Amino acid sequence: MRGLERIVLDQPFFAGLGPEFGGAISGCARNLRFAAGEYLFHESEPANEFYLIRQGSVALELHSPGQQPVVVATLREGDILDGSWLVPPYCWTFDARASELVRVLGVDARCLREKCEADHDLGYELMKRFAGAMGERLRAMRLQVADVYRPRRS
Amino acid sequence: MFTGHDAREARNGGQALSPDSLLPLPVRVGRIRPEMADVATLELTPALPFAFAPGQFNMLYVFGLGEVAISVSGDPARDDRIVHTVRSIGAVSSALARLRRDRVIGVRGPYGSCWPVAESGGSDIIIVAGGLGLAPLRPVIYRVLSRRERYGRVILLYGARSPAEILYRRELEAWRRRLDVDIAVTVDHATADWRGNVGVVPALIPRTPVDPDHAVAMVCGPEIMMRFTVDALRQRGLAMDRIFVSMERNMKCAIGLCGHCQFGPAFVCRDGPVFRYDRIAPFFDTREI
Repeated sequence: MRGLERIVLDQPFFAGLGPEFGGAISGCARNLRFAAGEYLFHESEPANEFYLIRQGSVALELHSPGQQPVVVATLREGDILDGSWLVPPYCWTFDARASELVRVLGVDARCLREKCEADHDLGYELMKRFAGAMGERLRAMRLQVADVYRPRRS
Repeated sequence: MFTGHDAREARNGGQALSPDSLLPLPVRVGRIRPEMADVATLELTPALPFAFAPGQFNMLYVFGLGEVAISVSGDPARDDRIVHTVRSIGAVSSALARLRRDRVIGVRGPYGSCWPVAESGGSDIIIVAGGLGLAPLRPVIYRVLSRRERYGRVILLYGARSPAEILYRRELEAWRRRLDVDIAVTVDHATADWRGNVGVVPALIPRTPVDPDHAVAMVCGPEIMMRFTVDALRQRGLAMDRIFVSMERNMKCAIGLCGHCQFGPAFVCRDGPVFRYDRIAPFFDTREI
């Protein structure tokens, strides 16, 4: 098994994925690194790749003119960035900044979308995993939005 | 394994301040430490040694104004002081947070059940706190760290609203410098100058290196946060009888008479505030009980 294929199948996010699918994903993948402070992408840029964090942490930010960006989440090793590549308009909805040295597996979005269209079993396996990850993120976001630590009168 | 934990067992060698009556005893305010804009920690100086078990609470009485239930948040090994962390919410708590040194307030207690610290010997301990929920859990941390050899891994997961609202920050930093405690702190919101984690505290649980079959979790914070945390702990593999939560309800008499703090078949003041989760699971998600 080739190096990237092994790396893909070793990721917890792809746990249970058959080796035939690992080959398909690794065929669209490459290793990347980002220095601390470097942006992986900015809001509204085309989501041409999605990233699986292999090492380090990434801050998801929303920018506001004249103010410090607001950090909405920190993603770490094993986390996926993000689901924007799956659905049109295939654009990022936030900024992503490397909080420290970050190594990621970058997967070409168009390459993988074409493979998913050709092989629906591959598409379904990916959809299951992304839906689960995005569902967890949504649940966490709800808790953040609820602002539960805000002082409340009983 | 974890049976009931009678609050009366907590009073070995110490003095309870009139726990069985409604009469508060006068206690002088020693030191006041501002924690954040609307939160202060009071150190009270009792006339007699005061013993409590981690998880218990006192009723604090501001003469002429009223009473409020506040968890004891100090070191259970120190019987020469009574420590409470108070947030200004209503008239009484606001008055408590504005107290000056040498003022006198009324105290009765301690009341309620306690965290299963002694019973958890040999287990990994996971302490999950949200916001001011760290205050009722701080005595657990003191007790566990003072007897560190009795426990397996000790993990503290703490979530706050923002970096400016992290409670007991200096102590958290001091504990983090120890080599035998794992501490993760996260905040719900931050600006880019915060270099720590941003996210909700339950999201820290999947990465927690713990053996679920030999771990005990103690959880305190807003109920929504506790619901999410219990879900995450159960997904991590902890059984319901290994999870303990501290409930909060409007408490008036604190001795199980008035019914204000009724929670299903239990009274929070008498049967809680610390509950083993399997015993209250049927009521935990109920909207109105």
